[in-house]
Amino acid sequence: MCTMCGCGVVTIGQHDHSHDHGRSHGHSHDHGAHQTGDLHFGHGPAGIEVPGMSQSRLIEIETSIFHKNAFYAAANRTWLHQRGWLTVNLMSSPGSGKTTLLCATIDRVGGPVAVIEGDQQTSNDADRIRATGAPAIQINTGKGCHLDAHMVGRALGQLGSDPGTILFIENVGNLVCPAAFDLGEDARVVVLSVTEGEDKPLKYPDMFTSCRLALLNKIDLAPYCDVDLELYEANLRRVNPLIEIIRISARTGDGMKQWVAWLEAEARGKARRQAAE
Amino acid sequence: MHELSLIEGMRDILESAADRNCSARILRVRIEAGAFSAVEPDALTFAWEVVMRGSKAEGAVLELIVLPGRAFCYDCLQTVQIDQRLDPCPLCGGGKLMPEAGDALRIKNMEVA
Repeated sequence: MCTMCGCGVVTIGQHDHSHDHGRSHGHSHDHGAHQTGDLHFGHGPAGIEVPGMSQSRLIEIETSIFHKNAFYAAANRTWLHQRGWLTVNLMSSPGSGKTTLLCATIDRVGGPVAVIEGDQQTSNDADRIRATGAPAIQINTGKGCHLDAHMVGRALGQLGSDPGTILFIENVGNLVCPAAFDLGEDARVVVLSVTEGEDKPLKYPDMFTSCRLALLNKIDLAPYCDVDLELYEANLRRVNPLIEIIRISARTGDGMKQWVAWLEAEARGKARRQAAE
Repeated sequence: MHELSLIEGMRDILESAADRNCSARILRVRIEAGAFSAVEPDALTFAWEVVMRGSKAEGAVLELIVLPGRAFCYDCLQTVQIDQRLDPCPLCGGGKLMPEAGDALRIKNMEVA
């Protein structure tokens, strides 16, 4: 089928050259392909024809704009797979409590944990993680608004190779761009704190659609913020009917048990899948 | 900022395609973007002009082709077409829609001199 207009194969059986001319002129052109009168617009370098344009000037590309990122993400996935690491891409807006939540999580997870921290500037977050005893690499993106798979790949080699490690990638605080970049992770988790407003999932649907689990954080502050936790959950499910939700407070420890159980179940699931291969 | 890094990725793809085809200049590039791809045409055009400076695509026209979005409705269990990410299901009016297609972002083709 024609990729430009959806028409069928362009062929005509018979074709002759009798037409009226106001003035006479010669008809010398190459008839090599005209033997049967068939016309095929799919030949030539482009494999396609656009009216009014010389065919040799149209080049088909058909490549995803994320092609390069996808290449690095696949390499990361292989690296992580070979070591049996479970990788969680943790995303949220700035100030939702990702780092505090991570510190509290590291204290409760039994096995080895490693962290990649993404921020535009400073190593504050990696310093906080290292204070828990877990290895952490800080990536500063400068002007960048998200981590990409290439940046993560550069950090992976510096994180040791303990089998069964849970790797957390704390993405740049941003509810928009990180959603578009595959880092090679097993699961995406979004942190949404109750101070941010119930309509955040509706305003930034891509982020919440791309995540398997939402951690509704700082629920200890809910009574002081005039918020409706049911509405938070309804809006999360409005943009992602399949999303799992855990109400949590890194400060009081509410919900932490459930979150750590979720992580451990994911790690077991991954180990089972790898053993079956 | 996001559009900027997208376009930076495109620059390599376009230049190597132009090199392979022995083309000195890129005149026009067509991009297919799904209705949910969250790409802002103005930001894309701005980033395009900035990033392509000094490349074979400097001054080239960027053409955006928007493809329809498709989602699965968890109320009526049908795949439906919607224009906006938060539109209700056109069949049953339900609101539990999971996007299936429409977030793609591809370089379709380019015209060269």
